[in-house]
Amino acid sequence: MLSCTAPVHQPRTLDEAVAQRAMHPFATVLAGGTDVMVYLEGGTLNPPAFIDLWKVNELRGITETAGTTRIGALSTWTDVANHALLPGALKDCARTIGAAQIQNRGTVGGNIVNASPAGDSLPMWLVLDALFEVRSWRGTRMVSAASFWQGYKRTALQADELLIAVHLPPTSGDVRYRKVGTRLAQAISKVVLALRVTTEHGRVGDARVAFGSVGPVPARAPEVEALLTGRPLTESNIDEAIGALAITPIDDVRSTAEYRNDVARRILRAELLAL
Amino acid sequence: MPFQFTVNGRVASVDVPPMTRLLDVLREELRHTGPKEGCGEGECGACTVLIDGLPVNSCLVPVIQVDGATIVTVEGLAVEGRLSAVQEAFVQHGAAQCGICTPGFLVTAHALLERNPHPTRTEAREALAGNLCRCTGYQKIIDAVTDALSSGGDKC
Ligand SMILES: Cc1cc2nc3c(=O)[nH]c(=O)nc-3n(C[C@H](O)[C@H](O)[C@H](O)COP(=O)(O)OP(=O)(O)OC[C@H]3O[C@@H](n4cnc5c(N)ncnc54)[C@H](O)[C@@H]3O)c2cc1C
Ligand code: FES
Ligand code: FES
Repeated sequence: MLSCTAPVHQPRTLDEAVAQRAMHPFATVLAGGTDVMVYLEGGTLNPPAFIDLWKVNELRGITETAGTTRIGALSTWTDVANHALLPGALKDCARTIGAAQIQNRGTVGGNIVNASPAGDSLPMWLVLDALFEVRSWRGTRMVSAASFWQGYKRTALQADELLIAVHLPPTSGDVRYRKVGTRLAQAISKVVLALRVTTEHGRVGDARVAFGSVGPVPARAPEVEALLTGRPLTESNIDEAIGALAITPIDDVRSTAEYRNDVARRILRAELLAL
Repeated sequence: MPFQFTVNGRVASVDVPPMTRLLDVLREELRHTGPKEGCGEGECGACTVLIDGLPVNSCLVPVIQVDGATIVTVEGLAVEGRLSAVQEAFVQHGAAQCGICTPGFLVTAHALLERNPHPTRTEAREALAGNLCRCTGYQKIIDAVTDALSSGGDKC
């Protein structure tokens, strides 16, 4: 039994949600609840109130305008996995989040704001150059994925702000996603990799490589990207680039630093060779 | 606070705090004890119910989020006292041992078969990946699910 008697504010419109966020900066925002309910039951969260976004339909929907795809923050992983417009690798990612029951409830916005270093979608947003639409009573601003996660479970969101949507610019190149966990489903990642590479005349134009679960925040690997850019994807060039990878994972309950270091390089090599 | 929703075709009203888990409302208030609590944190699937047709872990859903929703528990799968196709297949294949996981598996499998009446073993395994069983070793469960509608018909 969970005995939590905190009040819940339940806005029906986005305007109401924004107004309530401003009035209740100490309340916990609730989307699909697949992270929040676990914290509540584990006793690590005990807020004075909640703001439940679940009935705010304006936060749902995946649309495209002029090449830019907008994913409402309340879209579930099932919505993402089933959507025709989205890159295949992003759908692959959606299908690795928990299992069906979690994908039917857990949202894109929840994964982003929860900001777990093992949040599986976070490296994807980095390589897709995603912009996060953030709103408060003061107005709307766009925050790049690259500047959103600021430290362990710390984001750029202010206390009065809500994440409204993710914007994806037109994607070029091959996008890939790879997750390594104890099993395919219901596993928190030991290492997660996203990459996007464009090639022109046999040479790499743009390379984006991002890892999750190997540091306090998901991060790109600029040292690897620089060595890939402008060169053909030969085995020796790939090995040279991977040799420069500078990640500093830690030992924890799920894995060891040594394993993560090794596996991160191996999956990056395999994915680059498969391009 | 009062909340109203449909459970297995009947309207149910409860008056509980808004963050009460749907699992507790179903078991303690409405006496639908089919959904079980295994882990209480979304890992095991023993508490799976359908909310508006989709399998969800009822231990992770606060009741305020189901106000107005349509819920199906394992108790709602049999029609007029007759086991559903997947329930019957579980019996035929010996897909239950201690039975704690069974209500969750049945509900998840029911949703799968409605969407995909003839799943491959891989599709069945993927759809059921959020349901854990400590007894059967899964083979018989997968046998039952892939076999449930094999004698023709798309209705589970
Ligand atoms: C069994 C299980 C397995 C899981 N497996 C995975 C996995 O494989 N990979 C993975 O990455 N995650 C996994 N998760 C974690 C979780 O399911 C995801 O992070 C999910 O996307 C969270 O979304 P939610 O809507 O449920 O978030 P919630 O729990 O509702 O919220 C999460 C956080 O985000 C905040 N928030 C949510 N929406 C907004 C918004 N629009 N604006 C501002 N703040 C907001 C909340 O206040 C809270 O801090 C798993 C969880 C469980 C229980
Ligand atoms: S009790 Fe809900 S998933 Fe285990
Ligand atoms: S039959 Fe015992 S846990 Fe599945």
